Amino acid sequence: MKQLQAIAHRFAAQAPACDYWTLRLVAEESDHLSVRQGVVEPSALSASLGAMVTLISGRGVGYGATSDLSPAGLRAAADQALGWAQIHARLGLFDAALHPRSDFRGEYRSPGVQPWDGLPLADKLSLLQDANRALAIDRRIVDWAAWLSYRQVHQLLVTSEGGRVAQTQDYLTPGLVAVANSGSQTQRRHGGGFDWPQQGGLERLAAADLVGDAPRVAEEAIALLAAPECPKGRMDLVLLSSQMVLQIHESIGHPLELDRILGDERNYAGTSFVTLEMFGRYRYGSERLNVTFDPGVPGELASALTDDEGSPARREYLIRAGILERPLGGRLSQARSALPGTANARASSWDRPPIDRMANINLEPDPKGGGLADLIGRVERGVLMDTNRSWSIDDSRNKFQFGCELGRLIEDGELKGLVRNPGYRGISAEFWRNLDAVGGPETLEVRGVQNCGKGEPNQAVYVGHAAPPCLFRDVACFGGGE
Amino acid sequence: MTPQSFFELAERFNGGLGGSEQLFCTLGAETSDFVRFNQNRVRQAGSVRRAVLGLTLIDGARQAQASCDLSGDLDQDLARAWDLIARLRERIPHLPKDPYLQVSETPWVSDSRVGEAPPDPREAIDELIELAQGLDLVGIWASGTILEGLASSLGHRHWHQSQSFSLDWSAYRSGDQAVKASYAGLAWDQGTLAAKVEAMRRGLEVLARPARTLEPGRYRAYLAPAAVTDLMDMLAWGGFDLKAQRTRQTPLLKLVRGERSFDPRVGIQEEHARGLRPRFTPEGFEKPATVALIQGGRLAGCLVDARDGKEYGEPVNASAGAPESVTLDAGDIPSAQVLDRLGTGLYVGNLWYCNWSNPNDCRITGMTRFGTYWVEGGAITAPVKVMRFDDSLYHLLGDRLEGLTAERELIISPQTYEGRSTESYLLPGLLVSGIELAL
Repeated sequence: MKQLQAIAHRFAAQAPACDYWTLRLVAEESDHLSVRQGVVEPSALSASLGAMVTLISGRGVGYGATSDLSPAGLRAAADQALGWAQIHARLGLFDAALHPRSDFRGEYRSPGVQPWDGLPLADKLSLLQDANRALAIDRRIVDWAAWLSYRQVHQLLVTSEGGRVAQTQDYLTPGLVAVANSGSQTQRRHGGGFDWPQQGGLERLAAADLVGDAPRVAEEAIALLAAPECPKGRMDLVLLSSQMVLQIHESIGHPLELDRILGDERNYAGTSFVTLEMFGRYRYGSERLNVTFDPGVPGELASALTDDEGSPARREYLIRAGILERPLGGRLSQARSALPGTANARASSWDRPPIDRMANINLEPDPKGGGLADLIGRVERGVLMDTNRSWSIDDSRNKFQFGCELGRLIEDGELKGLVRNPGYRGISAEFWRNLDAVGGPETLEVRGVQNCGKGEPNQAVYVGHAAPPCLFRDVACFGGGE
Repeated sequence: MTPQSFFELAERFNGGLGGSEQLFCTLGAETSDFVRFNQNRVRQAGSVRRAVLGLTLIDGARQAQASCDLSGDLDQDLARAWDLIARLRERIPHLPKDPYLQVSETPWVSDSRVGEAPPDPREAIDELIELAQGLDLVGIWASGTILEGLASSLGHRHWHQSQSFSLDWSAYRSGDQAVKASYAGLAWDQGTLAAKVEAMRRGLEVLARPARTLEPGRYRAYLAPAAVTDLMDMLAWGGFDLKAQRTRQTPLLKLVRGERSFDPRVGIQEEHARGLRPRFTPEGFEKPATVALIQGGRLAGCLVDARDGKEYGEPVNASAGAPESVTLDAGDIPSAQVLDRLGTGLYVGNLWYCNWSNPNDCRITGMTRFGTYWVEGGAITAPVKVMRFDDSLYHLLGDRLEGLTAERELIISPQTYEGRSTESYLLPGLLVSGIELAL
């Protein structure tokens, strides 16, 4: 961070004459270790460092990004930003006076992080080798791997109005995969924290339990080979948290992004079935549906002090008792729409400008809710689905279809045998109204996705989702086959 | 960065290598302008200047990799890279021998440059906004220079430079009703832009008609080349990768096993010679001009990168297992006769958000999106509300394939996730006797 401070200090001393500027410096380090079929794959260290200059002049705002952080390089980026601000002033969609300005000062650091270097490389590889051995339990396991990915992001945002926000986020993502095959049937099962990413460091290894989880992953992959196909028809559906993540992401998170509603994303990520008039009155789901924007959950992927424009982030209800309350929109979108929003103007790195993104979007547990067994006990005929493997939704975020790695039949309130290739489809506006039960606080799991794509130019960001398992009624389910 | 400055940088590292060390350096750089539009006005405009140095340090049978951003200042960049090389040197003794390490031991040199200097984006934007007056236009302009280089301590010296522009946009009538166009290439022509905007206006007139809602079921359909890109993207996801085929994870597993096939008219190739992507791999191998993937509807080959080639004993023919310059053979249906040949059915201009519904059966789900119409008696009669399809490529490219168009479109990817893409497709349209709409 000291290096970033020195660069910011130099930039401030030679900042261009304009109405407002920000300099967002991002230094990122990552390391990836993987062992596949007992062979160590090439490890990959990465170090990225660059700056985004945002500049407001008159009615225009422009952006200039560079990896040349010399005084001349930053000056060139600022000149480019000024040139674009002049274009925006002439042809812009909005007056740059609407653009947020920040004088906020603060710091954030991922809590309780055990440093990546705290475990020797040989020990990390030994752990991955042990996990590999625990995965290779049968000749039907035709491919297998275990990995550890580490990423640390330092970001320093300084503004011409005295704003200064320094944030450091650490992430450790372990994972396992076992691929089982018999004839023309192949089944994959993941585990070891694969779909359970959080902020943190080596302390996360204990919960991921790579070696301990490996036999389950391999055994389930093999068992799926011989399992019957998921039945086709309308039935009750219990989604574990590992699939609720994607369901929330695609059919609540994205439709509530205010820039989509304002039309910015219509050429790529799409629009939304949600319109500006719906906030405050639209019934999004059953009364059991409560969804929050919550940047303060310790360890959740997008926990932060502010967004990337320096707006302080705080918990807000997006949907309360099923009624739509608030969109996901940063201060610029709030000004454009005259709606309240959230601090969610985020950029994927230094080379992209902030846009409205999900951060931590969580489905709140039912304070009086029970455990998973309670949800299953309410089902006469249905299926339970675990771990997302396929996702697709229309550009208005209505007609969705998901597939999962593993399904289990539910009959007369009891969990029965495995079913393979489980999938379901529905329409967002109807699906959430069929939410009949939500797991209690003890069932809440803090997860997320690391590949949320959106924006032109494209940006992929980490997004947190916490959710308990949930029960939905009358859902169209199906299995494999052509 | 110039070839000279990149090769000079790499040469400085070579001078500091130990006796048993080899170093492969790659460069990926772009100088790009991006302008987003909404409502035919500028939403967000900016420039990106970025250069990334990749390092693969090899010592005997061990290797480790690293990458860092380059500033453009030689001293600073040398310091950053030497720091990384030092970390790789610390790491390598703790790594086991890598049985799948493979680099080209035969140094060779190449220099390819494609494209003209793109137009000044400020002028292009002015032209577009002027031409699109009255339209609710939304999309992105991207242009600039993309550089890729490779230099090794063995003597490889490669440079690939492309200058291009990409205008990817759509025009909305209301709600989610829109027509889409793209204009990407290496040489700018104002007349082409004007013609595309005019075609868009005509498309919007069709959207003014009452939209038709289809019930789920099987419909006769024509998929335009832009829609076929999404099907090819799905096949690129493990379909042609050697390792995916050998570990039985490919969605073409039944085709690989000879249990299923596509129509005999289906031929798919990776066309490295197209020239938009470099002909060298990061390990210094030369990509062949063409790799046949599907011939006569049956498996003809797969894409083999250096690592997988060593593991499975196959010659290297690609940088990675996914196509970068894919080609689908043309058929014999003149594009001008597509609506006549369709008769009554669905004209699908674009697909969206495809994913594997069931990879074991090569079954894909996805949505119709822009420019999708109902056709009766060989004429477009109404726009169609978005529909979800869920169908197997063994049907769409197999028993339900009626034909492919004689003309093909070169479509350059507008993707910009890891910088501006230089991937491309050369594709015909598909006429199918049925596509399953599920929702």
